[in-house]
Amino acid sequence: MARRITYMQAINEALAQEMERDPTVVVFGEDNAGGAGAPGEDDAWGGVMGLTKGLYHKYPGRVLDTPISESAFIGAAAGAASSGLRPVAELMFVDFFGVCMDQIYNQAAKFRYMFGGKARTPMVIRTMYGAGIRAASQHSQSLYPIFTHIPGLKVVVPSNPYDAKGLLIASIRDDDPVIFFENKVLYNVEGEVPEEPYVVPLGEAEYVREGDDVTIVAIGRMVSMAEQAAEHLADEGIECEIVDPRTTSPLDEETIFESVENTGRLVVVDEANPRCSLATDIVARIAQNGFDELKAAPKMVTAPHTPPPFSPTLEDLYVPDPERIAAAVRETIGSGVAR
Amino acid sequence: MSETRQISKLGMPKWGLTMTEGTVIEWLVEEGAEFDVGDEVVEVESEKINNVVEAPAAGVLRRRVAAEGDVIPVGGLMGVIADASVPDAEIDAFVEEFQATFVPEEEVAAGPAPETVEVNGRRIQYLKMGEGGIPLIFIPGFAGDINIFVFNQEALSSDRAVYALDMPGHGGSTKDVGEGDLDFLAGIVAGFLDEMGIEKAHLAGHSIGGAIAGTFALAHPERIASLILIASAGLGEEINADYIEGFIGANRRREMKKVLQLLFADPDLVTRDLVNDVLSYKRLDGVDEALRTVADRVFPGGRQAKVLDLSGSDFPILAVWGSEDEIVPASHAENLPDRARVEIIGGKGHSVQMEVAGPVNRLVADFLSSAES
Repeated sequence: MARRITYMQAINEALAQEMERDPTVVVFGEDNAGGAGAPGEDDAWGGVMGLTKGLYHKYPGRVLDTPISESAFIGAAAGAASSGLRPVAELMFVDFFGVCMDQIYNQAAKFRYMFGGKARTPMVIRTMYGAGIRAASQHSQSLYPIFTHIPGLKVVVPSNPYDAKGLLIASIRDDDPVIFFENKVLYNVEGEVPEEPYVVPLGEAEYVREGDDVTIVAIGRMVSMAEQAAEHLADEGIECEIVDPRTTSPLDEETIFESVENTGRLVVVDEANPRCSLATDIVARIAQNGFDELKAAPKMVTAPHTPPPFSPTLEDLYVPDPERIAAAVRETIGSGVAR
Repeated sequence: MSETRQISKLGMPKWGLTMTEGTVIEWLVEEGAEFDVGDEVVEVESEKINNVVEAPAAGVLRRRVAAEGDVIPVGGLMGVIADASVPDAEIDAFVEEFQATFVPEEEVAAGPAPETVEVNGRRIQYLKMGEGGIPLIFIPGFAGDINIFVFNQEALSSDRAVYALDMPGHGGSTKDVGEGDLDFLAGIVAGFLDEMGIEKAHLAGHSIGGAIAGTFALAHPERIASLILIASAGLGEEINADYIEGFIGANRRREMKKVLQLLFADPDLVTRDLVNDVLSYKRLDGVDEALRTVADRVFPGGRQAKVLDLSGSDFPILAVWGSEDEIVPASHAENLPDRARVEIIGGKGHSVQMEVAGPVNRLVADFLSSAES
C-alpha cells in the first residue's frame, strides 16, 4: 500500500466510497453544492475548504447545499437519520455548535435511549477544530471534550490520513450519532492510505510508538507533536510510548491502562483548554484506577485557559508543541518514587 | 579465496517495492575476515523486516564503510570486499569514487510494480520480475501476499520470468474467494497462467500455497515443469489451528504480533511495520469473510481437509522446510514420494523462505536447473 494521499483526500475518498456502497448515504452542509454551474465553476465548491469537491456530479441529488442555519440542517440530519438515511452533515467549524446544540445533545443523542433502544440515529457530523490557521478565537477551538461529555454521542478525532479514512467509514456505518473532528492543520498532511474501503473500529486506541519509560497519550494533531518530542527524547535515552485513543468516546481505557502499567508514568497531550478536558479525564481515570501503577504524578500538556489568540505569535504559543511535551516528560522522569 | 584482484561492493539491498533505505544492525564478520559467496556478513533492518545480507562475492571484508546504527539508502555502500592482496590505497580510492558518484533512488522507486489481471471474472494482483525461460510462479499461503517472497523473487529472476500472485481474498486481489477451497484456488492459478499465455511453469507455493500448487499439478500435470513446496500444507492432516484462528481473531497490535511470531523461529523478525501492514490488510472490506471461508473450507475443524497423493505423478518435486515450523510440521515431508528432494533447514520456522532466504534461493535455483536439464 504504497499510495500516499492527504488527510483531506482520505476523508473525501471515504465519503465517495460509502456513497458508492450505500445509496442512503447523503452529504450536506454550507456550500457543499455551492458554485455548481456558476461561471468558471463546473463542479460544486465542496464546502469552505473544498473537501467534498467531486462528489456533487458523481452522486446526483445526494450532495446538498443548506441555508446558513446550523440549527436547521443539523436538525434535518437527526431527522433524516431516524427515518432511514445515513446523513453526513458538515458543521463548518465546531465553534458554531452553539446554534445547533439542542439538535445534537438533546435530540440525536437521546433517541436510542428515549425509545427503548428501538431507534437508530446513524448520522455523522463532520466538523473542523483546532488552532493554527490564523482564524481567530471563533474558528480555532478544540471542543471535542464538550461532546465527549455527553452520553449517546460517539466522538472521533483522527490524527493521520490512514485513520481518517477508516474511522470515517466506521462512523458512517455506525448506528449512533458520531461527531467527527477534523484538524484543519492536518488537511494537507500525507500518509499511506489503501485504495480499498476499510474500517478502523471506534473505541480502539493505537500504539503509535512503543517504549518503556513514559506513556504519552496524545489526541488528534497532538500525536505528531508527541512523536517529534519522542524522537528528541530517544536521543537523551528516554523511550516514550505514544498512545493515540483515536476516539474520545468511546475511550479505549484498557490500552491506556496497559501502557501505564508498563511505564508507570503518564503525560497527556490535549489541544483543548485544560479544564474538564480529555487531559483531566484521562489523568483522573488513571489516578482513580491505576494509582498503584504510577511512579510519578501524571502531567498534562494543554492549551492555556484562554480563547485561542488571533495574534500569530500568541497562537503559536497557545498550541502544545514538542518542546513543552518533552519538558513535561523530563519532569515526570525526574520526579516520583521507585516502585 | 578469490583469485582476482577485483573489488566488490557490499551494498544495501532492496527488499520490497517500498524500501528506500535500511539500518545496519550488526556486523557479523570482523574487518579483515575472509568469507565465501553466500556467507552472512551483516544484519540489516528495513522498515518491514530484519534480515541478513550475504556476501555477493568471496574475499576479505576490507572495509566496513557503514557503522552499526547507520541508515544507508538502497544501493548505498555498507562495505568493501576484495582480496587481501589489494592495497589499502585502492580500497580507499574505490570508496571515495563510489561515495562521490552514488545517487540514491528517488522516493518513489522505479522498477517492477504490481499489476492486475482479470482471471475468471476476478481481479488478481501479481508482480512480475525477469523475462523468458520457463516461468516460476510463487503462490503465497493463508493470509500471505506477494510480499512474503520479497527476498526470493528478484534473486531467482536473473534467467527467467518470476511471478508472485495475490490469491483471492489476499493482498491487492479481489476479496471474493468463491468456494474458497483448494480446487477453486487452483482454478485461479490455471486461469492466471491462461491469461499470461503460460503453457508450462514451475510452481512454488508456501504453506496453503503449496497445497494449491499441488492441487493444480495433479489436475494439470502436463503444465508443470516442477513443483516446489515450501513449508507446504496438503501433505498431512495437522495444521496449527491456533495460528489460523489467532490470525482471524487478532485485531490489536499486540495480539497480532504474537500470532505473526509463530511464523518465525526468531520472533524479533516481526517488526512494527510488518504488524501494521497485516492489520491494515485485515481491516479491508471483505477480508474477514474471505479468511473465514478459506479457513472453513481448507482447514475445517482445525485439520487439513485434503491430503494430496503425489505418488502417481512424475514431475520433479522439491520440498523445503524449517525444522522448527510451528504451523505445519516438517515431518509432513515424509509423506512425499521417494523421488522428491527434501531439504529441512535446521533451527528455522514456517516462513523459512524469508528467515533464510539465501540458502532457500540457492536450493531452488539448483533444483530448477536440474529439473530443466
